[in-house]
Amino acid sequence: MATLLEVRDLTTRFHTLDGVVHAVNGISYTLEEGQTLGIVGESGCGKSASVLSVMRLIPEPPGKIAAGQVIYRGQDLLKLNESQMQHIRGKEIAMVFQDPMTSLNPVLTIGRQISEALIVHMGMTQKQAYQRTLELLNMVGIPQADSRYGDYPHQFSGGMRQRVMIAMALACMPSILIADEPTTALDVTIQAQIIDLVKTLRDRLGMAVIWITHDLGIIAGLAEKVIVMYAGFIVERGDVDDIYDDPRHPYTLALLKSLPRVDRSSKERLATIPGLPPDLLSLPPGCPFAPRCAYVIERCRQENPRLEIVDSHHEIACWVDVGTGRER
Amino acid sequence: METPVESMSVNGLDALEIPTLSPRALIWRRFRRHKMAMAGICILVFLVLYSVVGAFFVSESYANYTDTSKRLQPPSAEHPFGTDTVGRDILARTIYGGQISLLIGLFAVLVETVVGVLIGAIAGYYGGPIDSILMRFTEAMFNIPQLFLLLVMAKFFGGKIPTIQLFGRTFSGSVIVIILILGLTSWMYLARIVRADFLSLKEREFILAARTIGTSNLAIIFQHILPNSMAPIIVSATLGVANAILSEAYISFLGLGVRPPTATWGNMLDGAYNYIETAPWLWIFPGSLIVLTVLSINFVGDGLRDALDPRTLTQ
Repeated sequence: MATLLEVRDLTTRFHTLDGVVHAVNGISYTLEEGQTLGIVGESGCGKSASVLSVMRLIPEPPGKIAAGQVIYRGQDLLKLNESQMQHIRGKEIAMVFQDPMTSLNPVLTIGRQISEALIVHMGMTQKQAYQRTLELLNMVGIPQADSRYGDYPHQFSGGMRQRVMIAMALACMPSILIADEPTTALDVTIQAQIIDLVKTLRDRLGMAVIWITHDLGIIAGLAEKVIVMYAGFIVERGDVDDIYDDPRHPYTLALLKSLPRVDRSSKERLATIPGLPPDLLSLPPGCPFAPRCAYVIERCRQENPRLEIVDSHHEIACWVDVGTGRER
Repeated sequence: METPVESMSVNGLDALEIPTLSPRALIWRRFRRHKMAMAGICILVFLVLYSVVGAFFVSESYANYTDTSKRLQPPSAEHPFGTDTVGRDILARTIYGGQISLLIGLFAVLVETVVGVLIGAIAGYYGGPIDSILMRFTEAMFNIPQLFLLLVMAKFFGGKIPTIQLFGRTFSGSVIVIILILGLTSWMYLARIVRADFLSLKEREFILAARTIGTSNLAIIFQHILPNSMAPIIVSATLGVANAILSEAYISFLGLGVRPPTATWGNMLDGAYNYIETAPWLWIFPGSLIVLTVLSINFVGDGLRDALDPRTLTQ
């Protein structure tokens, strides 16, 4: 399969009054056509900042993409100007956000919001855009599309609004859909519906998906490749089966242990990861996970490990072999 | 698999859904409950009819016809509102003066709103140095007393704009001067409101969502953010009409406003102060019309504020 998106050494910083926040620290990954990539990590690990950097939607100032390349179909998105970028956004790469309650404009009808991209990118007339919007609403499973076209966001439930958001994002049939925790704000039954919807549409339209979540459970049935992020670094990367069956990084291990499982006794307490992710204003010199790590050795506090291949397609950034507990 | 039973129940639920009111219907419902605002609307409609329909009964030349032999006559059957210092019929002049006064109010606010919204929106959306420059300029305009600006500009532009013909009527160039002056000296407050609104709205997630589909900055400013800050703009514009009518009366009273023979409610007061006790009809009629208009517009503004902002508590 052809490579669609290649991110190289992407580094994003925020220059705030308190100092420099190192949100994304030199991450690299590739996305192939039709592939689904999961990005996992706790809140504040730079997941959203990394994809907003790809879309060039980091507010500047205070944010700044300090280094790296984002190569989409052979061109570096970081070198494009704002109006060239507007042709990429929505047409080539689209995005769905976490909270459907706040991501739709409350004073515009949903039909108007979906048809906007069609008029901007496809040069459609109002009438063509209207027809296409009805098709899109049908596609994402909103019944009676023609009577709901003129409705305002407050007339929809949360799950329905997320469907509208998806219709908006998919209006121009982008090659990449970035989903930034699109199910976090929804209740569990609706979550499952939205995940199924994205899966179905991904397969039907053949687009690539980047799915950001802090819930490893969602990724398992959805993604082919998984990236685990911590403090703006990629700490583990691999095929989805590798990550679940053979996690090599202590952080991934800890995340998996903290998932509730049906095959475990309900009396057992769920494992937690002690402490909080580090303050991105002042990262420690060594491995950022060292203060919370169960396998920590002396070297971890001094040197930050680089991402290294341990198996085919499986990479980790850790000094320790979690099987033996000793340095690799 | 979807069974027929399930799909039927889904359709059944949809049919049961209560139709929700559109935002406009909700606003109208809240506005209707505001008694003073409804009274204000009625009075305003009456005043507009008074100056528009009234013009079918008396001609403008009659309103401007001077007859010094009939000066300062008290109200009578022939001149229901009396005559002024040069013998013109005050009733006819309040009719034509009303047209000009209301016109000045509306168009001055149009100028004010366009300038205020543009400056506020650009400053608030772009921020940074653009914001600093525009806001320092706004503050500078704020710091010059409005009366000062009004008088200087009225003196400066007075007589420089020729009389124009529109819809078969003659408008003294001073009307346009006054509209521009009033508009250009009153936009600062609105600019600040709009800027503050834009500052908070541009950080909202739906604006980020609009940007992710490739919407241009101009479309985001005018099509996505502006409709969200319509409420304060509408309220400010409504109250602005009242202010403009008052300000026009103000400078016309000082003799720098619209030049006679064109009548406005404001310039009808000019010269009346010499006859405050001896010929009270000179100021009672135009004065009451001004007060009535300004009061009702303010009530309507209040009602709109409550109707447009559901958070304000209403009785």
